[in-house]
Amino acid sequence: MDLHNLAKKENKITSGHRLCSGCGAGIVINQTMLAAEDENVVVINATGCVEVTTTIYPNTAWNIPWIHCALENSASTAAGVETAYKALKKKGKIKDNIKFIVFSGDGGTYDIGLQALSGMLERGHNILYICYNNEANMNTGYQRSGATPLHAETTTRPWGKNIHGNPTKRKNLTKIIEAHGIPFVAQAATAYHLDFMQKVKLGLATEGPAFIDVLSTCRLGWGHPSNMACQLSKLAVETCYWPIYEIRNGRLRLNYRPKEPKPLEDFIQFQKRFEHLLLPENKKELEDLKRMVSDEWQALVKREDCDRVCMKFSKGY
Amino acid sequence: MKRLALTGNEAMAYAMKQSKPDVFCGYPITPTTDILVTLAKYIANGELDCEFVTAESEHSVASILYGASSAGARCFTCTASQGLALMHEVLHIISGARLPIIIGSSSRSLSSPINVHGDHADFMDMRDTSFIQIFSENAQDSYDNFLQGVRIAEEARLPAIISSDGFITSHNLEAVEVLKDEIAYKFIGDYKTPFSILDIKNPITINPLSLPNSFMEIKKSQADAMRQAKKVIPKVALEYEKISGRQYGFFREYCLDDAKVAIVVLGSTAETAQLVIDELRNKGIKAGILALRVFRPFPAKEIMAALSNCKVVCILDRADAYSSLGGPLFVEVASALYKSKSRPILLSRIYGLGGREIDEEMIKNIFEEIIKINKGQKLNEFGYIGLKK
Repeated sequence: MDLHNLAKKENKITSGHRLCSGCGAGIVINQTMLAAEDENVVVINATGCVEVTTTIYPNTAWNIPWIHCALENSASTAAGVETAYKALKKKGKIKDNIKFIVFSGDGGTYDIGLQALSGMLERGHNILYICYNNEANMNTGYQRSGATPLHAETTTRPWGKNIHGNPTKRKNLTKIIEAHGIPFVAQAATAYHLDFMQKVKLGLATEGPAFIDVLSTCRLGWGHPSNMACQLSKLAVETCYWPIYEIRNGRLRLNYRPKEPKPLEDFIQFQKRFEHLLLPENKKELEDLKRMVSDEWQALVKREDCDRVCMKFSKGY
Repeated sequence: MKRLALTGNEAMAYAMKQSKPDVFCGYPITPTTDILVTLAKYIANGELDCEFVTAESEHSVASILYGASSAGARCFTCTASQGLALMHEVLHIISGARLPIIIGSSSRSLSSPINVHGDHADFMDMRDTSFIQIFSENAQDSYDNFLQGVRIAEEARLPAIISSDGFITSHNLEAVEVLKDEIAYKFIGDYKTPFSILDIKNPITINPLSLPNSFMEIKKSQADAMRQAKKVIPKVALEYEKISGRQYGFFREYCLDDAKVAIVVLGSTAETAQLVIDELRNKGIKAGILALRVFRPFPAKEIMAALSNCKVVCILDRADAYSSLGGPLFVEVASALYKSKSRPILLSRIYGLGGREIDEEMIKNIFEEIIKINKGQKLNEFGYIGLKK
């Protein structure tokens, strides 16, 4: 997976779509499709930015089969396509080997689509579900979701005199997904493209459901300069704001473990959604967010260490 | 032809088995659960080769079938009431994408208050979803209508719902004549899809974003499909008559030819009313019944022709539309008769909500009212049957 060679490949999604300049979701799709270049792929897309910008009738940016149903049911729509594939393959009506990839934003995954996703995982459909997570409902104009971090500003939780942005911590979805006992769960960031693409390949090779939560920068919702998508993705990992890791067969591995995490300010200073946190009067809120990030990170470090020790002493783990 | 003792639900499950679906997906709900568990048994015993998905909700059932049908699979489910209401969003998406998914149902009331018994609230709730809607009077109808429904839906390329009265038909054991498996399947035939999301060599984009410059034409073609379905239904009925000997139209007429007073009714109540008609006819009263079978597409012209010689017609609704305009069936029949030169006087009566009993006595009372109106007496246009004081 050499980047120079990959860049020359004909991709399964073409240019000319209407995603914003500097959109993280476009990078997610592009890298996923490059990682899946050797496979026959059907894409199932939830309602959201990617759906509305890539398929404006009568045009389509997809030169592979693509299907959309609604916001909350991409997992069950995919389950249906995959079930029909099984049925028709068994009856000899389909010869090709086909893989199924879902793209859904955090709104369609963490919140309204969680039930359908849980059902799909529990039933064990052979699907790679990728959540392009920009930490709010961006397509409708930056309303908070269950993935929105503490004190980030959104249009449904604006920064006001009485309420200081989002009042709650973000949901730890990866942990919820892991609890389903599926073979492959991961978090990724597009700045670590080889890591993310390797995860896509692993997810596609997995028998049964696989899930990747990939941080996807949003120029408009986060309020950052359009040339900063990759830099912010990198800073999110370096500050431990968005740790990248994978859980395979019950064992958690951090894919990047900085000796000394960069200060969180390095990540938030370029984003309008966090601008209030840098004012001296909002020091407490900044500290709260830092604590959220640190608590989440420490829990992961502890878990990785614990899993490593367990592996050493128990063959069966 | 074999005669089996089957409930309405079992009769429908039997027709489903003979139609050989590729994918069946369901979620339990009273009073249709028996269809689901009967199918599960067929599959477990190897009587039916079909992928069976037990979804976590009806919303997902509809979504799974949407995905599976887009892949060219023949897809069935069963549901009613809250389950059908939970599917509602996806029902529109299914019909918009022109996917011939077929729902076997036994109609039940809608909450609140919660009530598990039969009425037509769920069936009427999906009036505008662009599903072909067929209602059965008894278990035999359930079987026959389902088989025909598969053919109609797949030829018209619209989804369909085949329903009957919850509990009254769904749970009553009746003698049902079933076709031999080979004859039934020869009638149904293999499902041929015009497109598939699994066609890797000819990739397509399904359910894209359509803006104001394209949306109306797509929706108009969907309305055309429903108009086209009206031509498909009698054609399929004729073919079915040839193999079964049973005749089906948009509706069934009972003593309607020369009737001066009549009722319009959907479902099992038609059979109860028949006994009343026999009694009235013995007394020399020209009474009749129009028992509607096909609700969507609505056979307006045919209804107008059938009722135009009547003086007074009462439309019985087992659901309310809460529009202050009478029951939903009443409104449709009234608009069907608008162009009639000899419009009968129309009455709307709502009955049987939440499984409230309807018997011959009540229907006799209705005819007494109708006859009084025919003699010039003024009575309320809107009313209820069997309402406690």
